[in-house]
Amino acid sequence: MEYVVEMLKIRKEFPGVVACDDITLQLAKGEIHALLGENGAGKSTLMSILFGLYQPDRGTIKIRGKEEKIANPNVANDLKIGMVHQHFKLVHNFTVTENIILGIEQKKGIVVDRKGASKKIKELSVQYGLNVEPDSLISNISVGMQQRVEILKMLYRDAEVLIFDEPTAVLTPQEVQELMRIMKDLIKEGKSIILITHKLKEIKAVADRCTIIRRGQYVGTVDVKETSTEKMAEMMVGRKISFGIEKKEATPGENALEIRNLSVKNKVGVMGLKEFSLDVKCGEIVGIAGVDGNGQGELASALIGLQKSESGEIFLRNKEISGLSIRERIENRVSHISDDRQKYGLILEYTLDENLILKKYYREPYSIKGMLNYDEIHRYGEKIIEDFDIRAGRGGETTVRSMSGGNQQKLVVGREIDSNPDLLIAVQPTRGLDVGAIEYIHKRLIEQRDKGRAVLMISLELDEILGLSDRVAVINNGELVGIVNAKETNEAEIGLMMTGIKRGEADEDQIQ
Amino acid sequence: MKIRFNRDYLLSLIAVILGLIAGAILMIVTNNNPFEGYNYLFRGGTMNMQRIGNTIATATPLIFAGLSVTFAFRTGLFNIGASGQMLIGGLCATAIALNVSLPKILLLPLMIIVAFIAGGLWGSIAGFLKAKFNVHEVVATIMLNWIAYWTVYYMVPLYLKAEFLETESRRIPSEASLRIEWLRDFFDGSYINLGIVLAIIVAIIVAFILDKTTLGYELKAVGYNRTAAETAGIDVNRNIMLSMGIAGGLAGLAGLSLYAGIATNMQIGVLPMQGFDGIAVSLLGANSPLGVFFAAIFFGLLHSGKGFMTAMTGIPPEIADTIIATIIYFAATSVVVDRFLENRRKRRETK
Repeated sequence: MEYVVEMLKIRKEFPGVVACDDITLQLAKGEIHALLGENGAGKSTLMSILFGLYQPDRGTIKIRGKEEKIANPNVANDLKIGMVHQHFKLVHNFTVTENIILGIEQKKGIVVDRKGASKKIKELSVQYGLNVEPDSLISNISVGMQQRVEILKMLYRDAEVLIFDEPTAVLTPQEVQELMRIMKDLIKEGKSIILITHKLKEIKAVADRCTIIRRGQYVGTVDVKETSTEKMAEMMVGRKISFGIEKKEATPGENALEIRNLSVKNKVGVMGLKEFSLDVKCGEIVGIAGVDGNGQGELASALIGLQKSESGEIFLRNKEISGLSIRERIENRVSHISDDRQKYGLILEYTLDENLILKKYYREPYSIKGMLNYDEIHRYGEKIIEDFDIRAGRGGETTVRSMSGGNQQKLVVGREIDSNPDLLIAVQPTRGLDVGAIEYIHKRLIEQRDKGRAVLMISLELDEILGLSDRVAVINNGELVGIVNAKETNEAEIGLMMTGIKRGEADEDQIQ
Repeated sequence: MKIRFNRDYLLSLIAVILGLIAGAILMIVTNNNPFEGYNYLFRGGTMNMQRIGNTIATATPLIFAGLSVTFAFRTGLFNIGASGQMLIGGLCATAIALNVSLPKILLLPLMIIVAFIAGGLWGSIAGFLKAKFNVHEVVATIMLNWIAYWTVYYMVPLYLKAEFLETESRRIPSEASLRIEWLRDFFDGSYINLGIVLAIIVAIIVAFILDKTTLGYELKAVGYNRTAAETAGIDVNRNIMLSMGIAGGLAGLAGLSLYAGIATNMQIGVLPMQGFDGIAVSLLGANSPLGVFFAAIFFGLLHSGKGFMTAMTGIPPEIADTIIATIIYFAATSVVVDRFLENRRKRRETK
């Protein structure tokens, strides 16, 4: 096999950790090669080495059979290696053309030759079916198109090896389909692709081979067609895991939460949530699906009281709560798992024990007459650590900052669930967690539902929404698009709704 | 928790040593013998009971001011207004001292309470502005320093004027002074006073509040992560006002210990430097009450020993100030030292 990129026995050490330990990755010409691993497995480090951001301590890199030293990203560019970063690196008030030529501007006399560049971009866009308008402003185009601009940027620089770092995280399902098609087109044109991801479904859909790494160690390279998803997951995590979320039929009771025409302003003062209405019953999980930044944050903030609503009402068990303070809502048994645990959920400098009492430190027995009762706090900590299987080096006295992300999240989940909520608001409860922790937290959420509690889950992961929810409410641009039964829908329908097309309308559109 | 504290103290100790080394280099450059210089500097602060007493007395307002800065800092607030709070606390305590005649055993507690409340109210103005209008506390406290300065300038000549001098208040009667005879006699006529006893008690109370009470838990939570504290239902604005209030009160006590302990009256046109030194004390004391106590004593030692050093060696007293400044510098940049130690430890571990 002819390899364009060979990374042989790469080792990279950071003070105290071995990020990559003898990892080998060989990219054949014209293939899509997936790089699979959990968060912190060393995927990014390995790619940063290939891109010239880090120097390996040991090992060799061969590009087109020739050994190379990639001292910095410019060298990588010269070797025709390009990278689409997870967070796009675009100037928002520049046009597509200006962004693409930034740094390699062709000049006509002393002025930048925009026209010529624009023409070349148009040609590339047509050649690869990218459908990008060279003269649009970045701030006016969709996230999916911004990503295609990033791809064009590499093509414009004649890149032959394209690295995609978690490219689907910000896309709707339809945009993901589109991206997959583009990637296949790129291969046909002779490019080679490395796809960094932890989503097995995508690997199965587009990749030819897959290299799996775990905790900085090379696990193996497999042929995707001949390997089952379960096998790849097992190689990634290092143990068997159960797929699919098992749950019983929901037995919804009366309404626990009623949201009536709720409008909330976003950070820049514009209505982020508009006239939003939704019911959540006891004993059911309602999932909110939508592309990031379409009003989910405003909804969650308004429900927990972090943000004032402009109009509308929120009823919790028939009691209007929109005028209550955050603490009053907590005392009315509203629990909240935040999508950003380090910012909203935890005091990182506090110990595990101290974080567990963050919402009830002022109540007996955790404190008596204004004095903290450390014995009781510690006993409570031990109970939660055991109940929720939190692993921490020094038990309840571990500083939370030193705990892993998964265990920090278990701490938050444990604290919120243990307070016996009537309403549990879970915002991306498994964000950034590995497969094992995700599995665990999903189980606990379903357990809450089965205990007759109302769960409102906001997530960007459609699999999670479809797997856990009983009903799915789709949100677009701050408005409720529709509510569907999780069992009677599929990814395609929700994906369409996420773009703002209502149910029923969708069919007509497709017919046309 | 405990390990972290020890580490902070170690960093402070390194800052002190580096500061002393820098001072030694300065002495060598100016053609002086650093061993001789340091010998006289420390002997100047410790060689007899009187000097020890003076060292402690000098340190007393620094302890209060350091506690004040520390308390605010643990809530994530930077109190640069300790000087102004000292003035207002001192002014109100002096007013009581000059106008209320009570036996000492009643008058002193009254003055303590008044100084605390007055400084506290002054501090909570900044807290209020921060909580309600998001005015940064650094700006507010700096401005309040000058408002306090001119308030004293106006009030003292008007109401508390001394018999002959327009620029200072009357001397407070001995019933209103923190100085007491047996303490003075024990320390051979030093101006040590009851302030140190009060400072120790207050340091213990502050440590207790921060570590053992729900109030301290709330204040620290707000200081470490405001957003998370708010999300957990803690009233952040109330805590900001309360924290600035208590910090102001502690600075008010610093004012009391200065104007009714070390001094016997108030002069106009002086912004007490102890308020700013309190920032350094808090920094060197790693923002813990115990650390503040030792840092203040150390600063008191340097301050009270530098005159002796100058008299005996001809080393300019500015050298002592330079040492203090260098120590503050190294304490402020202790992050660098911390990272150095951390890297060395990791390197040793991986070997």
